[in-house]
Amino acid sequence: MAETQIKNFTLNFGPQHPSAHGVLRLVLEMDGEIIDRADPHVGLLHRGTEKLIEYKSYLQAVPYFDRLDYVAPQNQEHAFALAVEKLLGIEAPPRAQYIRVLFAEIGRVLNHVFTICAFAMDIGAMTPMLWGFEERERLMEFCERVSGARMHMAYFRPGGVALDMPAGLADDIWKWVERFPKFLDDCEELLTENRIFKQRAVDVGAITAENAFDWGFSGPNLRASGVAWDLRKAQPYDGYERFDFDVPVGKHGDCYDRYLVRMYELRECVKIIKQCLDQMPAGPVKTDDRKVSPPPRAEMKHSMEALIHHFKLYTEGYHVPAGETYTVVEAPKGEFGVYLVADGTNKPYRCKIRAPGFAHLQAMDYLTRGHMLADVVAVLGSLDIVFGEIDR
Amino acid sequence: MDLALRDLGDYIEAALSEAVIAVDLAGDELVVKVHRERIVRVLTFLRDDVNCQFKQLMDVCGADYPEREDRFEIVYNLLSLTHNQRIRVKLQTDARSPVPTVTGVFNSANWWERETWDMYGVYFRDHPDLRRILTDYGFEGHPLRKDFPLTGYVEVRYDDLEKRVVYEPVKLTQDFRSFDFLSPWEGIQAQLPGDEKAEK
Repeated sequence: MAETQIKNFTLNFGPQHPSAHGVLRLVLEMDGEIIDRADPHVGLLHRGTEKLIEYKSYLQAVPYFDRLDYVAPQNQEHAFALAVEKLLGIEAPPRAQYIRVLFAEIGRVLNHVFTICAFAMDIGAMTPMLWGFEERERLMEFCERVSGARMHMAYFRPGGVALDMPAGLADDIWKWVERFPKFLDDCEELLTENRIFKQRAVDVGAITAENAFDWGFSGPNLRASGVAWDLRKAQPYDGYERFDFDVPVGKHGDCYDRYLVRMYELRECVKIIKQCLDQMPAGPVKTDDRKVSPPPRAEMKHSMEALIHHFKLYTEGYHVPAGETYTVVEAPKGEFGVYLVADGTNKPYRCKIRAPGFAHLQAMDYLTRGHMLADVVAVLGSLDIVFGEIDR
Repeated sequence: MDLALRDLGDYIEAALSEAVIAVDLAGDELVVKVHRERIVRVLTFLRDDVNCQFKQLMDVCGADYPEREDRFEIVYNLLSLTHNQRIRVKLQTDARSPVPTVTGVFNSANWWERETWDMYGVYFRDHPDLRRILTDYGFEGHPLRKDFPLTGYVEVRYDDLEKRVVYEPVKLTQDFRSFDFLSPWEGIQAQLPGDEKAEK
């Protein structure tokens, strides 16, 4: 009998597939239902952020960072603010640092709640998504109260934050953080020991620590492989060394561990938010260097100097001394870095954005090879991919 | 911290004297400039040497300086978890000379090198899969070069008659407004009429 020629089947996954988390086009070479090769095509959401930033002043560049990872916008701004502050040689006042930490942690909660719930929905659990979005709505309300915008806050500015927190916000955040662990317990009850969830997640897409280094993993995905590495602990910024929290690590580096690490990180966020609200000092929320941060509105009404400063800051912007820096923060998805080159004018010369998701998605081929088609969705969901930051 | 980095810089310079051009400390960040052809050797050393242990390549990117002879700068950011240190390795190239790929040293370099190729047109020699990554299929040009206009050359729209997306030269209803906000009295070199009176 003549041997039948069997050809591999090429499957186009996305770009409009709901569990492609946005606009991922994944070209899968299939051997039956086993994946031979996965080739992610990214860039369908490319907006040229880095090019645009080169044509904007430093202050105008801030809102572009919100639009990178739109699930947790404030953490990106944080990296840019720190990078510019480093080049300018200034530091945010203590209250501003506390507010930044507070909202960076709120951003982390926003992100992890979304990721866990979207991951659960990708592999068949509907309920957490509905609950999670309720929590996210509450948090976005806090963001709105402090900055005026639910998502794209443009709140962390070089030199501090845009505005002080309004009266009563701290109490409301406290009330929310008191009962948030209840939501986590509910979620865990649905997912953590769930048989179907475990069948889909355990031992799927496992990566060892050694390979995770090689693929440039960072954040929860690296910690799930058993590496206790958190930039908030290792290279603290904005006073993270003042807070007492733990770094959860996984063991196997599979989808299930990545889920667990995020779940435990949420509980650590609760700790940090509580400490933040407890210890928050009074004082100014932006640096008093008038060449960088604008004067208060009231002062402009009677001081000529203040009026000039205001005018110059909002037209020309400030000049950043020539230099370069690679500044990182522990964004919810991993190490978010900004490589900023300043040439002494009011615009960045080069601003490279190091998105953690870019490295994680790159490993898709490695992670899914030899798995079944349905596992692609699980791996993708557990890696925490958002295309705003990958495509830039 | 600074001392440790300075020591590390001296150590790298001594160990890789044939590859290193200069070792700088930019603020509190260590920058090592290397020869283009030696980059694989340098990164392998940084990864494997017991005093370096830069196991993670966090980022590769380009930068364009059109006024230089070798206009492109390729920047590698590395991280050592063991020593909690970062290092930045830089090399220079022009639009014609290829750069040896480092995908053999770090798998993660693959996409970042593709991105650099896409954005700057720097060719990476022996790269396993050097395709464009972020720009459109069939895109022409390298958008992050300083001589590439911000608005680009083509725009797309859906043509209802042809039932497909068509590419057309970009038409701006309003010119791109590039405001020069820089103070006119900063950086002026030329002698203005009347300036000579100030001397008298």
